[in-house]
Amino acid sequence: MDLAPEVQTIMARYPTSRSAIMPVLELAQQKYGVVDGDVYQTVAELLDVPEIWVFEVASFYTLFDRTVTGRHHIRLCTNLSCQLRGSDALLIHLQRRLDVESGGTTRDGIFTLSAVECLGACEVAPVLMVDRQYIGDLTVEKLDALLASLADQPAEEMS
Amino acid sequence: MSELVLLKNIHDPNAHQIATYEGSGGYQGLRLALRDFSPDEVIDEVKSANLRGRGGAGFPTGLKWGFVPKDSPLPRYLCCNADEGEPGTFKDRILMERDPHQLIEGMVIAAYAIGCRTAYLYIRGEYQLSIDHCQQAIDEAHARGYLGPDILGSGHGLDIHIHKGAGAYICGEETALLESIEGRRGQPKLKPPFPAVAGLYECPTVVNNVETLACLPHLFRRGSEWFAAIGPDHSPGPKLFGLSGQVKRPGVYEMPMGLSLGELLEEHGGGALNGQFKAAIPGGVSAPMFPRSEFDVKMDFGSLAAAGSMLGSAGVIGLDETASIPVVARRITEFFSHESCGKCTPCREGLTWAAKILRRIEAGQGQPGDVEQLEMLCGGIFGNSFCALGDGAAWALGATVKHFRPEFDALIPAQAQAG
Ligand SMILES: NC(=O)C1=CN([C@@H]2O[C@H](COP(=O)(O)OP(=O)(O)OC[C@H]3O[C@@H](n4cnc5c(N)ncnc54)[C@H](O)[C@@H]3O)[C@@H](O)[C@H]2O)C=CC1
Ligand SMILES: Cc1cc2nc3c(=O)[nH]c(=O)nc-3n(C[C@H](O)[C@H](O)[C@H](O)COP(=O)(O)O)c2cc1C
Ligand code: SF4
Ligand code: FES
Repeated sequence: MDLAPEVQTIMARYPTSRSAIMPVLELAQQKYGVVDGDVYQTVAELLDVPEIWVFEVASFYTLFDRTVTGRHHIRLCTNLSCQLRGSDALLIHLQRRLDVESGGTTRDGIFTLSAVECLGACEVAPVLMVDRQYIGDLTVEKLDALLASLADQPAEEMS
Repeated sequence: MSELVLLKNIHDPNAHQIATYEGSGGYQGLRLALRDFSPDEVIDEVKSANLRGRGGAGFPTGLKWGFVPKDSPLPRYLCCNADEGEPGTFKDRILMERDPHQLIEGMVIAAYAIGCRTAYLYIRGEYQLSIDHCQQAIDEAHARGYLGPDILGSGHGLDIHIHKGAGAYICGEETALLESIEGRRGQPKLKPPFPAVAGLYECPTVVNNVETLACLPHLFRRGSEWFAAIGPDHSPGPKLFGLSGQVKRPGVYEMPMGLSLGELLEEHGGGALNGQFKAAIPGGVSAPMFPRSEFDVKMDFGSLAAAGSMLGSAGVIGLDETASIPVVARRITEFFSHESCGKCTPCREGLTWAAKILRRIEAGQGQPGDVEQLEMLCGGIFGNSFCALGDGAAWALGATVKHFRPEFDALIPAQAQAG
């Protein structure tokens, strides 16, 4: 799990190594699945910046997972355009089906469920993002089919 | 139906590939700009076209470029704002996914005008397909000599790097965006100095929206007169409108500015999902809503400002008879409260408080005086916030109360009895 070669490529894009913190954290998240204490230290050493700079960034941006998430992360948009087309009911349905609150991970470690702000795909509201893919025009039936197909699929196949 | 410019290729599944783009006139605008115009003349051409920023504020693009100091020894930067986070907005995503070379060509023209050799394209992290297609477009443009050290033999060079956002709406605010590229938390900085004078790494920097930059290839291929003749005098050029919410035909639509909000919703959006419209938001949730009785307002920068709202991101959200305005008010206030960067008190504390009051009203536990308290909070936040996030939040909330006060009162037990 050597990040160094890719880190060099990233650093070359910017005049300061501080600018590389965000992209390197993303890289680390892809490799380790989580960004936490050990990762802050690794990134700080690779970039030769204070660890607090890394922590500051990791804690500000919501796409960095600072705790372990499930194999599939379902992010359901609940912002206005989605709400107007029924996302509240879909969120309740997902919470019941998965038996978790928003932000939680199922006991079997397969799903994390988050209610999120506008995903920028309001024309297909209600919409969710699962791993790296968008799925729109959601209905309860579509959600059920999605959960069934994901339950036995490794995360990589979705990206 | 007017001619499509920005969206003319979006139904072609190969539109994101350079062969398709070149086949429909792509990169000719850049060739003309490099061959026939000096950098200053490029700026003048954009000024005569009167292209205004599509990121929300409508600031004249040529004027902004003109503020970049000519004598500075520092490098200049161009940053494309593709953080698109305003609820109801998705036009930039469509451009980047379906026809990204328009943006890349526009960035090369802008960079030539301001003398920039390194540009950053800041795309929100959720937009994976946009990121992939823009990176592919950048690579293709390199291979064809539209990017790199010596573009089309002009001696002008440019590299474009994608910087991915990581889920923070505030990073769409330009100074926060620059902080984010510098590797910090996205918190806005004091303006002035404007980025054009001291921006990224304290160097002169132009920040422009995706759609603004995507207009440039067309402007140079067909001329500023052609551009200026589209739509109303003060708001010229092709424009994208996003339609979402309770409309029958949500989607992105291109047309000149200046048609009415009602026409847009009824004729293009296909009307209300259930019964009739009750209200509509004209430009993303930061823009104050209009009740149905005011749907004849014209959709351009000046008319919307005069009517007490703004074109903003031109993300139009329709609300029909089934929508509860207090619920809408609560949801958008929670959004702003959640996305507040925490830097200044009116926004951070005021929005938290307003959201709390709205939740209790919605739960049927509102007190007499709650609505007045919301109005007081809006007055305290608006004009006292450090950046436009706080202002927009208060402005949008204020409009819900102003136009639909009885709906709030009806949810407050003591008030409902009195009324
Ligand atoms: N597209 C989206 O997703 C969102 C858009 N917005 C929009 O953002 C707008 C507010 O943005 P701001 O950047 O705060 O507006 P602003 O009015 O401060 O600036 C607009 C642009 O003009 C430039 N500018 C203005 N005066 C200048 C001067 N004297 N010298 C040099 N440059 C100058 C600024 O640098 C900026 O690029 C709102 O109107 C809202 O509609 C807000 C939220 C989200
Ligand atoms: C809270 C906030 C969020 C913003 N988000 C965006 C955005 O996502 N995209 C954008 O282009 N401009 C956004 N803006 C406006 C930018 O600050 C800036 O005015 C714009 O990028 C300038 O580009 P333009 O002149 O081409 O419109 C936002 C402003 C604020 C206050
Ligand atoms: S208005 Fe809100 S988002 Fe803007 S600086 Fe203040 S706290 Fe941050
Ligand atoms: S409000 Fe859900 S994608 Fe925009």
